[in-house]
Amino acid sequence: MAWNTYKVPRVVDKLSTEYFAVRSSCAVMDLTPMEKYRITGEDAREFLDRLVTRDISKLRSGRVTYVVWCDDEGKLIDDGTLFQLGENNYRLCSQHHQLDWLLISASGFDVNVEVETHDVAALAVQGPTSYSVLAAAGIDDLDQLKPFDIAKLHCGEIRVTVSRTGYTGDLGYELWTEPGDALQLWDAIFDVRGRYDIHAMGLSALEMVRIEAGFVMPGFDFNTAESTVRNGYDRSPYEAGLGWVVNLDKGHFTGRKALQAEASQPARRRLTKMVVEGNKPTAQALIYDRKNGKQVGEIKCASWSPILKANLALADLEYVDGRQPSKLWARIDYQRELKWLSTWAKCHVQSKPFYNPEHRSATPPARF
Amino acid sequence: MGSHQADARHRCASLVWNDRKSLDTPCHASRLAGFAAMKDRKTGSMRTDAIIIGAGHNGLVCAGYLVRAGMNVLCLESADSAGGMSAPRTISDNYHFPGLVHAAYPVSTALRRDLKLEQFGYQPGKAIDTIALDGNGDHLTIGAERVSGAGLAERDEQTYATFRKQYLAYARTLRPLFENKPPRLKDMAFADKVTLAKLGWNIRFGLGREAMNEFLRVAAINIYDVLNDEFEDDRLKGAIAVDAVMGSAMGPRTPGTVLTWLQRLQGELNGPMFVQSGGRSQLVHALTQSAEDAGATIRFDAHVNKILIDNGKAFGVELSTGEMLKARIIVSNADPRSTFMRLVGAPQFDAMFTKRVTQIRGTGVVAKLHIALNGKPEFTGLADPQLGGRLMVAPSMKYIERAFNFSKYDECSEHPVLEITIPSVHNAALAPEGHHVMSVNVAFAPYDLEGGWEEQKTTFAYKVISQLGQYAPNLTSLVVDHEFLTPRDIEQQLHAVRGHWHHGELSIHQSFMMRPLHGAAQYDTPVERLFLCGAGSHPGGGLTGLPGRNAAKRILELGGAK
Repeated sequence: MAWNTYKVPRVVDKLSTEYFAVRSSCAVMDLTPMEKYRITGEDAREFLDRLVTRDISKLRSGRVTYVVWCDDEGKLIDDGTLFQLGENNYRLCSQHHQLDWLLISASGFDVNVEVETHDVAALAVQGPTSYSVLAAAGIDDLDQLKPFDIAKLHCGEIRVTVSRTGYTGDLGYELWTEPGDALQLWDAIFDVRGRYDIHAMGLSALEMVRIEAGFVMPGFDFNTAESTVRNGYDRSPYEAGLGWVVNLDKGHFTGRKALQAEASQPARRRLTKMVVEGNKPTAQALIYDRKNGKQVGEIKCASWSPILKANLALADLEYVDGRQPSKLWARIDYQRELKWLSTWAKCHVQSKPFYNPEHRSATPPARF
Repeated sequence: MGSHQADARHRCASLVWNDRKSLDTPCHASRLAGFAAMKDRKTGSMRTDAIIIGAGHNGLVCAGYLVRAGMNVLCLESADSAGGMSAPRTISDNYHFPGLVHAAYPVSTALRRDLKLEQFGYQPGKAIDTIALDGNGDHLTIGAERVSGAGLAERDEQTYATFRKQYLAYARTLRPLFENKPPRLKDMAFADKVTLAKLGWNIRFGLGREAMNEFLRVAAINIYDVLNDEFEDDRLKGAIAVDAVMGSAMGPRTPGTVLTWLQRLQGELNGPMFVQSGGRSQLVHALTQSAEDAGATIRFDAHVNKILIDNGKAFGVELSTGEMLKARIIVSNADPRSTFMRLVGAPQFDAMFTKRVTQIRGTGVVAKLHIALNGKPEFTGLADPQLGGRLMVAPSMKYIERAFNFSKYDECSEHPVLEITIPSVHNAALAPEGHHVMSVNVAFAPYDLEGGWEEQKTTFAYKVISQLGQYAPNLTSLVVDHEFLTPRDIEQQLHAVRGHWHHGELSIHQSFMMRPLHGAAQYDTPVERLFLCGAGSHPGGGLTGLPGRNAAKRILELGGAK
């Protein structure tokens, strides 16, 4: 699959192996195609504060935070992770190309935006044993690294920046290094494969685990503002269930007025986590307020969760008078021996992440 | 020369210019009192309803309307006299010039009535002709209805009258659009529908079907094609075309130059053009008196550094001295780019809006040359009374287009287009006895000059003077002193970003509901309680007072200072 001019495998070896590696041992994924921007300059902080919806005033050097940013109409452009590497020195990582929007946003600020996508190689090392794997591979001093912390460390001779971040909802780290050192780093990790179960992971396993963790994927779960043609097909942070990263009181930011107006009105729709009864594949199902009733939404992404033994989905639900429909039914069309069948499944809304194990945030992490 | 001396000279200029007899007139008293805000009746505390940034003519108009609607208005001006671009200037102590605007049309009757301008001395000057200068002395005299001169074809003479009538009718058609806030196309208010309905009615029934077709044909095209369709005489076409392009980075062949001309003709609907020649009859003088008489306070030497914002709402300004002044609303007569980017700052706006602000087109291409003369210039082939007219050096449209070409490549025109007035012909007090002041608009002189203005300013000024010498042989021997204001000087001294007369190009994509830009086109801005009232807003530049008037109407419609 193409991702920002890189070829990325959906499955490296076998989906189930890769999935269970993340959930019960350790999986490694090449994150280099992730768009990476270095933001520096006297106004860097002010610039970022105006860019993102979240109050980042408490962010300090050596910390990472999750952010989203909107256009003037308060519609989501993308989400990403913001790394503060030093004083007025930040890295913004996002899935989609953002240079044009960052440059547009830079008008009037003394700020320098550089693309470093191809200058920084990144590896995600995720799973309950990831801490032990990295330690065995020679990266020490990870024991006190808390979630969203950054540390500059070494793996043998290789200089590597490690952040305790990830997109899996499990214990995990992201490793940032020079492209020239990337293969050596990869080898250092896979050299301990004898002692630990380690697998390279593709996008399909990632999709399963990110749904379990309740993470959204802009451009898939909803249309991003910059790529939306039709009126009303884009989504605000509130509508995408990301209201928790919007702070209307932090001062001005792009889209604030629009979001203020939206917040003062009854909610019109929400991207909602749901457990769908049964085990039929629900990825393209429509949601109704009762069997054969009125359509009130649609499922945007779904996955069978092997670890929870449940059918998980994120659904775009239309609200009535600011309220979520009280009953939700998915109409699932599925094939059995190439014959199309249709069935109804009851849906149960979840407010918390489907899967959020304690070991994910334990410091120091358990040693295996 | 020290800045103190310069101040003294300007003070002197404003006195001579405004013909003020004594310092203890009521209006001076309130000037000297500075910030004398009225007390709030209920609480007894000082309260300013509106601070207007800039006492240019639009700021004064806006002040006049707001104060008459019962608001307590404080107008802050960075210079030591009112008028902004139309504030007078003085060189060599005794030679007084009308500032950037040396010729103007009368303002609308509505403005005169509402602000009682006649009562405060306003009187448009004597109607003038435009003289198209010819190198051989065969000049054309171009009046409101007729044109005459040696070598003019009879057909052109006849066409001129009907052509003028026709275009004045087109200008009249657009009137509702100019005298009201531009309609919003999305979520249109009733008033906007009325404006559009009037415009539609005017186009279809005011003009009639045939004229409507012609109007719709020419509205967006260039003046070059239109004039070539109508006339033969190069001098005539050149002189008319100057009015379509002067002040804009446009040549006669630039699309949209019919529209800029129609915008100019709006003024002519109020009456004929006249030379600004000082005295109590001046618009700015009357506006100042009118606003102050109604209770507005104008404070001079008050340079606003910053508009203060809290939680998306403007609540005051900070002066260069650090002094903070609070008000319920802030109205900026400064240009939109300065207002948004410098006085407010990018962090207070959404990203795309900010980007659009930085992309507002408007870079000055006209310089102003003021020449002090110790005698009367004698133009070959020109009779004395004609010296009171507006003299044009623009012998053909090709000449203008060529002159414009240079500015596209950051160069000064090899042979610039000149628009000349001699205000001292109308008011001898502007210069010592027997002496004269000559005011020249010089196009094209780009803001971004290759090699910089410092090096080339004097050379270019002398070049223009010697070019004038070709038409008035005795001129060069009469020059006592001169002042040359490049677009850079206009930016620095008159605070118009990039030295643009109109605070932004009067192009179609920056007109009407897109002036100065989408998101601020109805005088209110993304910052609550912050409004625009200057030339950067609809309907644009010129000494019309319309942006100021429309802004005041809009502010009051939105509840004033409530």
